[in-house]
Amino acid sequence: MAFPDRIERTVEIAHPPAKVWAALTTAEGLSAWFGKDAAIDLRPGGTASMRWDSGHTADMRVERVEEPVVFGFTWHIYGLPEDDPRRTYVEFTLEPAGAGTRLTVVESGFAQLPEDAFRTAYDGNTRGWSSELGELVDYLDVAA
Amino acid sequence: MSRPDIEATAEQVFVALADPTRRAILAALASGGPATATDLAGRLPITRQAIAKHLALLAEAGLVTAEQGERRRVRYRLRSAPMQVAQQFLAALARDWDGSLDALKVHLERPEARQGDTK
Repeated sequence: MAFPDRIERTVEIAHPPAKVWAALTTAEGLSAWFGKDAAIDLRPGGTASMRWDSGHTADMRVERVEEPVVFGFTWHIYGLPEDDPRRTYVEFTLEPAGAGTRLTVVESGFAQLPEDAFRTAYDGNTRGWSSELGELVDYLDVAA
Repeated sequence: MSRPDIEATAEQVFVALADPTRRAILAALASGGPATATDLAGRLPITRQAIAKHLALLAEAGLVTAEQGERRRVRYRLRSAPMQVAQQFLAALARDWDGSLDALKVHLERPEARQGDTK
């Protein structure tokens, strides 16, 4: 079984980079093709968010803003719990191609796991919860 | 964990989930918390022997851990770490950049867009 760490796609768009850039980096542009409601604070460290009709939401953190060539952000890994700190990195690169733009998107980090720390931290958390709940039960038993 | 271990872990999760009885056992542990094989046999339409066999496979895959319960009975607890590894594999499949980039291309190249704002 292949375990993909990165996804890479290139698409040719018959519009100049400036127009593609606006579609990628403005709330109006993003909401027209990507998410439904979008908001973005376009600066490294800024936040962006999108919402879909399904109720799914994405919260992004802007990482690279080099108009009109590179736009990068990180976001939560789909399917992991909300509070899981692991994120994938998405980077759009825009190159002029004739009168249009060659747009490349690379999303990487799907196979990341912080080595043994993952197992240790996770199992530690699991044990932590069961002992905390045990303490709660003890407390309630005494109080009753 | 090295990369081959990650793949092996994900594969064990998918093998475990391919069986409806094992899915039912995992679902029962997820919703009801740790349980013994006897508890599970009372809640699922499966014999205790079959449940014990499936629990052994699930323990081998790291999806459940055995622990000492009351009166020295062995209880099984759901362990979700391997599922998170498998979820990362599923996340890559679910990301659907093909659909999103098609939508971007259609959005920018539709005839109205060339003539300016249509909203």
